[in-house]
Amino acid sequence: MIRRLNLKAWLLLLPALTLLVAFTHWPTLKTFWRSATWAKSDVAPSQFVGLENYELLIEDPVFWQVIQNNFWYAVGTVPTSIALAIGMALWVNGKIRHKGLLRLAYFTPTILPMITVANIWLFFYSPDIGLFDQLLRAVGIDGPNWLGDPDMALGSLMAMTIWKEAGFFMIFYLAALQTLSPELYDAAKVEGAGPWRTFWRITFPLLMPTTLFVLINALLNAFKLVDHLFILTKGGPNNASNLLLYYIYETAFSFLDSYYAATLTVVMLVALALIALAQMLFFDRKIHYR
Amino acid sequence: MSTWFQLLSKLSAYLLGIIWVLPLLYAFWAAFHPPEYATQFSLTAPLTLENFVSAWDQAPFYRYMLNTIVITTLILVSQLFVCTLAGYALARENFFGRGFALALVLTQLMVMPEVLIVENYKTLSDLGQIDTYLGVGLPYLASAFGIFLLRQTFKTVPQELEDAARVEGLSGLSLIWKVFVPLAFPTYLAFSLVSISYHWNNFLWPLVVTNTVASRPLTVGMAIFGAPESGVDWSVISAGTLIAIGPLLALFLVFQRQFIQSFMHAGIK
Repeated sequence: MIRRLNLKAWLLLLPALTLLVAFTHWPTLKTFWRSATWAKSDVAPSQFVGLENYELLIEDPVFWQVIQNNFWYAVGTVPTSIALAIGMALWVNGKIRHKGLLRLAYFTPTILPMITVANIWLFFYSPDIGLFDQLLRAVGIDGPNWLGDPDMALGSLMAMTIWKEAGFFMIFYLAALQTLSPELYDAAKVEGAGPWRTFWRITFPLLMPTTLFVLINALLNAFKLVDHLFILTKGGPNNASNLLLYYIYETAFSFLDSYYAATLTVVMLVALALIALAQMLFFDRKIHYR
Repeated sequence: MSTWFQLLSKLSAYLLGIIWVLPLLYAFWAAFHPPEYATQFSLTAPLTLENFVSAWDQAPFYRYMLNTIVITTLILVSQLFVCTLAGYALARENFFGRGFALALVLTQLMVMPEVLIVENYKTLSDLGQIDTYLGVGLPYLASAFGIFLLRQTFKTVPQELEDAARVEGLSGLSLIWKVFVPLAFPTYLAFSLVSISYHWNNFLWPLVVTNTVASRPLTVGMAIFGAPESGVDWSVISAGTLIAIGPLLALFLVFQRQFIQSFMHAGIK
């Protein structure tokens, strides 16, 4: 009986596990293997080279630039998106007119394809005729070259990322806010606590599990969201806005060096593993993985 | 003090809302007005549908849209099937190695197929599936997120209900199909909407694995269409953008409550 049950469960899992192993676990292992090999071309037989690809990596200035960019990209987008998401959720959950419209406005970027809307943002950012430069000129400021200036390009990408993410994260806060008990707020009112104090003493601490959940997702997105690079900057100027996943794509499909691309992917996998580890350490597992 | 704070807060809320829909508003503005009004805004600007006509003529939107619909449907149908079976096994069956199986599944939540484009491209080319619908779909046909979501839902089905169904003579797949699937309807709806909007918008993997109009989805088509090298103007790009996002946007506007609730539902599991 027990044997039969075992077999049935594994049969049910078979399609899912076959697909997941074939396109997640197996390629992960192959990535590690490929990062230790090299060949003159894609058709030539590859040979084991040990850590040589990693030596290349350490000496590659673009790699370090990309890592730095990705770090700042995460620092620039994660806290801002989270703060905006909390703000949006509080507004939409509170007493404000046109609540439904506002919620719709905040959420819309979530369902719009990043790559297509990037075309619109490209217009916003274009020098002189672009919307941002036109608006700035109206108040007498000479707008910067948003995407062409190496000091501005990464920041311009971040702005679009925040725009894309904040409304999505708002949803999780909105769900969490609706579970908070109104009695707490009545009590706070009786005690004479202002909105600021109420937020920091009651709302924010109670939203902590959601914040951790959103934080993990925002961190993953900081590595994953590179679609807009293809339209806005292509990682330029001179790699000033290049990010790890885009660099992997470039290396594999423009420079056609799948061995070095695999080495870069290993770095990405290590970063994701660190995020997973952080999640296991800090998450209240009882709440989310029941 | 407090009223000032509230006023400021409300003002920021509306301002943010306007900024958030600005790209969409602009797309509508530019798409429905002649190109000379793409960069200047005037209330007297004449309306036109010309931009849609030229966008439609300049890119095979019809084919792109068909491709996107086929790919999205293929992925969704497979996901619903595969995730139901796996979710049921992980929720209701007691078997040796369950923890291990769950861990294998959850790995994909962290290591998304996007990250593994290099190796997955090699696999797909070994399978001869470059530039096919199946090729675009394959890495996504099983979804860890879907399995996890359904597992959480199936776990809440009372044991008595399952026992009663077994007394009625249901077992195996018919038990899943007749008892568990109908009970999990909100989860299926939530997961479907999330999956559709994800794959309608997915770009990097389809870019890697498609070469021609035969399998290229809208996102990849739009990236080529909107590239500065192709020399189209803002108005036509905006019109193209609206064509590309139109179906999903319309679906979203009609079912916005369900959409938002679905994302919420998917989020708190």
